[in-house]
Amino acid sequence: MKNFSSVLLEKYQNAKDQEIIYFLQSGQEDIPITYQELIEKASCYAEAYQEKGVLPGDVLILVLQHSQELIYAYFGAVLAGAVPSIMPFLTEKLLPEKYQQDFQSLIQIIQPRAVVTYKEFKQQVFDQFSEKPNVDHIFLCEDIPLQSKRISESLPGLTRNPEDVVLLQHSSGTTGLQKGVALSHQSVFQQLEQYSEAIHLDPKKDIIVSWLPLYHDMGLIACFLMPILLGVPLVVMSPFDWVRAPYRLFTSISSYKGTLCWLPNFAYNFCAKKVRDSQLEGVDLSSLRAMINCSEPVRYASHQAFLKRYEGYGFKESALAASYAMAENVFGVTQGGIDSPLVEDHIDRDIFQLQKKALPVKNGEAEMIMVSTGKPIHNVLVQVVDEKGNCLEDRQVGEVLVKSNCLFNGYYNRPDITQKAFMEGWFKTGDYGYIADGEVFITGRKKDLIIVGGKNIYPQDLESIAMEIQGVHPGRVVAFGVFNETTGTEDVVIVAEANKENSEEKESIEAAIKEKVTRNSAVALRHVLVVNEKWLIKTSSGKIARLANKEKYIKFIKSSN
Amino acid sequence: MDKNTIIEQVGKKIAEEILNEPGRKISADESLISSGLIDSFSLVDLALIAEDLYGVQIDDAELSADIFDTLNQLAELILERS
Repeated sequence: MKNFSSVLLEKYQNAKDQEIIYFLQSGQEDIPITYQELIEKASCYAEAYQEKGVLPGDVLILVLQHSQELIYAYFGAVLAGAVPSIMPFLTEKLLPEKYQQDFQSLIQIIQPRAVVTYKEFKQQVFDQFSEKPNVDHIFLCEDIPLQSKRISESLPGLTRNPEDVVLLQHSSGTTGLQKGVALSHQSVFQQLEQYSEAIHLDPKKDIIVSWLPLYHDMGLIACFLMPILLGVPLVVMSPFDWVRAPYRLFTSISSYKGTLCWLPNFAYNFCAKKVRDSQLEGVDLSSLRAMINCSEPVRYASHQAFLKRYEGYGFKESALAASYAMAENVFGVTQGGIDSPLVEDHIDRDIFQLQKKALPVKNGEAEMIMVSTGKPIHNVLVQVVDEKGNCLEDRQVGEVLVKSNCLFNGYYNRPDITQKAFMEGWFKTGDYGYIADGEVFITGRKKDLIIVGGKNIYPQDLESIAMEIQGVHPGRVVAFGVFNETTGTEDVVIVAEANKENSEEKESIEAAIKEKVTRNSAVALRHVLVVNEKWLIKTSSGKIARLANKEKYIKFIKSSN
Repeated sequence: MDKNTIIEQVGKKIAEEILNEPGRKISADESLISSGLIDSFSLVDLALIAEDLYGVQIDDAELSADIFDTLNQLAELILERS
């Protein structure tokens, strides 16, 4: 029976000396980790979990920094047959009270058996909670000695069935934490089999380099589980280090001769702007065969900026690639730019906006350049439908539906929202797009989700925080994302109604909203606009219409500049 | 080079290039990092500003509120190294 533990055990028996992870940390020497070390240290965690009564199928919440401990604690859970789920660490910007609130709501839904964290974090965060987390045990990394010793062949993880849940994935924020995407062993394996074929992954030749966070599908699946389960060396650094020193991604690709890398769209702009020539001395990126843009809408201008900045360092245009992916399908739905260059589609802007059709532009008309995310990988079907669920023809824009043999088991302990996410066996992605000659193009979103730097943000979370500010009308706040050409991602904007006439009072409310939202969500607000009563557009049912207000805001900003 | 000049020049750069609010005045003791005024994606810009304006290197491990959190503290760091 094939499951995560059996694959790890097979690696332990047949490839124990293979260096599978190179762990990079700012200011320290790179640390190579062999399968033997990985699995033996992980089994120390597994034993500690078992001693405290953790059983196969129990959920473990890992609240750990991007560190070696996180890697061992994660695979320790797998070997113990438990279900690991990574919760983002508390950052200095976020208020501990807000973190507590999010954490408690996560615990309530997921009902984990235990939490794994550091001693200091327990003392400074969990012990300060007014209500103690309702879990059987809090494991502290410091209490788990990591020894090298032969592992037992009767690991509880080996008894897990292919359809059993192996892991949970959450996005951040109050709403995101309540939707834990539950994935089975077999779904993950089926995804890895097809996705790795789509990118022609070769354990003998490929090296993956990543800085991505592990609580997100792109980081967790493509740049952590896939390489480790399939035997492809992984060079990994922390997102915390990368964001402060983006050049390290390139010096690492160069020194390890990295071949594959996944990035959200904003990172193309970020890397194009925030790395200096002096930091790139001797860097050679010619080993890269695919730089895969994923988890945010792919922008033509972002690719061009990246190419211009790095072609002098050996980066090849043919390495520009893209994928459309989602946690509910484990990871990849499509893949493009591997066997042939990414397809660019020059479409008529006015027809697209007015008629929801993506037609090739004729000479002289205003155009939009769309970048394809490629074709569906082999085990995935993609369909585009209208509001009534009718299939649409090529080049008509509608909601993208996905069907595959690697879809998730459901949102953990949330049968209500799981049921709503499907239509006759098809997963409703909430993304808008179109298909042309088999290529899938993503054009926007049906749901109001904001994506900043690849991170999903639910507007309702930000709105409820802003409503707590005195002077703001309850229910009269709207949050949305506006695409920013310079950064290649969305700016988060809040518009709030307040009954204040003079501009000073308005400004003080704006400042208060900015501060409160930042401290309670760790989301940086780009712009807050306080408006008079009745500015915001409501739907016929009295709800604030996010999209209509976003359009009104954009017009307002243009007219006042 | 005096500290107040550095505070003024760096404050102006932050307002213009990071916050995109050219008129915004940042006071010498206003917290920059722990308050979230400078978000994590813009931390590296602080190092780039120090390097471009004064030729001073700030290591990425130092881009943290523990090392400096205000214009005042950043200016001191720049003076020490220039």
